[in-house]
Amino acid sequence: MANEVVDHGRRRFLTATTSVVGAVGVVAAAVPFIKSWEPSARAKAAGAPVMADIGKIELGQKVDYAWRGLPVFVVRRTQDQLAVLPTLAPRLVDPNSEVDQQPSYIKGPDRAIKPEWLVVIGICTHLGCVPEFFPQIKPEPFDPNWKGGFFCPCHKSRYDLSGRVFAGVPAPKNLQVPPYHFVDDTHIQIGVDPKEAG
Amino acid sequence: MANVFTRMGDWVNERAPNMMPAYRKHMTEYYAPKNFNLWYYFGSLALLVLVNQIVTGIFLTMNYKTSAAEAFASVEYIMRDVEWGWLIRYMHSTGASLFFVVVFLHMFRGLMYGSYKKPRELVWLLGMLIFLVLMAEAFMGYVLPWGNMSFWGAKVIISLFGTIPVIGGTLVEWIMGDYLPADATLNRFFALHVIALPLVLLLLVVLHIAALHEVGSNNPDGVEIKKGPKGNRWDALKPADGIPFHPYYTVKDLVGVGFFLLIAAFIIFFAPTMGGWFLEHDNFIPANNLATPAHIKPVWYFTPFYAILRMIPSFLGQAFWGVLAMFGAIALLFALPWIDVGKVKSIRYRGTGYKVGLGLFVLSFILLGAVGAGVTAEVIPEWFGDVDVTFWENLFGRFWTLVYFGYFVFLWLYTRLGWETTKPVPERVTTHD
Repeated sequence: MANEVVDHGRRRFLTATTSVVGAVGVVAAAVPFIKSWEPSARAKAAGAPVMADIGKIELGQKVDYAWRGLPVFVVRRTQDQLAVLPTLAPRLVDPNSEVDQQPSYIKGPDRAIKPEWLVVIGICTHLGCVPEFFPQIKPEPFDPNWKGGFFCPCHKSRYDLSGRVFAGVPAPKNLQVPPYHFVDDTHIQIGVDPKEAG
Repeated sequence: MANVFTRMGDWVNERAPNMMPAYRKHMTEYYAPKNFNLWYYFGSLALLVLVNQIVTGIFLTMNYKTSAAEAFASVEYIMRDVEWGWLIRYMHSTGASLFFVVVFLHMFRGLMYGSYKKPRELVWLLGMLIFLVLMAEAFMGYVLPWGNMSFWGAKVIISLFGTIPVIGGTLVEWIMGDYLPADATLNRFFALHVIALPLVLLLLVVLHIAALHEVGSNNPDGVEIKKGPKGNRWDALKPADGIPFHPYYTVKDLVGVGFFLLIAAFIIFFAPTMGGWFLEHDNFIPANNLATPAHIKPVWYFTPFYAILRMIPSFLGQAFWGVLAMFGAIALLFALPWIDVGKVKSIRYRGTGYKVGLGLFVLSFILLGAVGAGVTAEVIPEWFGDVDVTFWENLFGRFWTLVYFGYFVFLWLYTRLGWETTKPVPERVTTHD
């Protein structure tokens, strides 16, 4: 026994391979624990995208949908209402939607995928009240120069018909636009980007 | 009776002969420099607060309900219906703030007397890890009452991870286990707050103290007593400038404990919310994902770092820079032993540049805290009338952010390039009144 030669190369190889296999085992065992932190099936179901049938919405009408517990306004805007939007820029805080309140594919004064359809989350960016819909282009008690939009009854914040906030009101940011895409001409899915939908 | 205890002691010693020597080495006969001053109270006080947090925390879990539907009401139940529950809860919430008071002063002591320098780098690194874990612990604890600031604070802090390019969105969902802070988030934060992080914290504290006792404590003169002459009244081989921890520093620390408890008791009984600084007013409203508080701000101990985060604008379409700067502000503290290579430890014998630098650093920390807490946003219109508040707040905040980071750059240049003129360091410790 005493004259046995220790094969160091072999010993190193065995130590290294055992360590590697062990490390792989540790990583594999960690996976279930890490995955357990992902949104559960219940959370996913509660936060699932919402399909909205917009076929029956009239011009100038607003319909509310609920998505992840938030009210989502869908407004079908008229040509008159759309024509006003670019002229409002001087009165707005963020006319070009530079603050991160919308997906990257939402641009321009209409803040929409199809200009006719506005989709915004109806939560005032001041203190979270639900703004009211004043679509008419006519003087209102709160603004003699009103061009249509949303008015928050809580602290008098005003937004235009693209959900862009007016300057000089308590709300700091434009209304948030949720991710959404058009499934067909009369259906939108709220909660899924056009890219994700493929 | 004494005989019974002696025999029990002998019985243990026979079976674990290294236990008593270890106890003596770390506790009773740990030789510490004899010139410790007021600044040396805060280490032992941190330990005291830690014990307070653990004991009061255990009792709070006996009545707290870990569920988004019940958490807020269960905290109110503790406050109103549980016998002495209000005291236990306020001891815990006040303890959290006092923990940071004590730890900040403890860290400042380390900066002032160069306690992070060789040979105590490991002590410093372990201490910084404790600070990191403590911040995570405090953040998660603040979420548990499920008040409105708990909810929105959690949302904002977790969203920080969302700014990380590519993986951000997925990471945020992974942390929350939902699409907004929800029941799943509250439950996992509870698990981390009451068991996972405290275990890590305790381990780190043991390592911090063990590492300290290997190299020995620094002192206000920054003199290595182990390199000085040997032999004191108790032991011929121990440093001449050292005194045994017990009874000298146990008794001294008890005086500190007395004063500390006096202040703590005053706060707990008369100002437990500290006017909204220790417990924010918005947290007395239940969490509501539809109603944002007017000003979302963290508790005071996070405000300097929060200010740095807010002062860094988006750049190249990424909001990640602010988060990087915020974590960088903490990472630089980790690297301090290698940034400051000056040979002299204590501020008493260091150059004027160092003293001014450290003073400005502390000032920047306090003023950034004021920016982060929203004090400047309130004060600017009051003092200067109708001015552009955001512009001046950003200017002010960015200036002091530069000072904060500038301290490390300055210290690096100052000590590397030999700009510092130091005073001669004495051979032995000087004052010990």
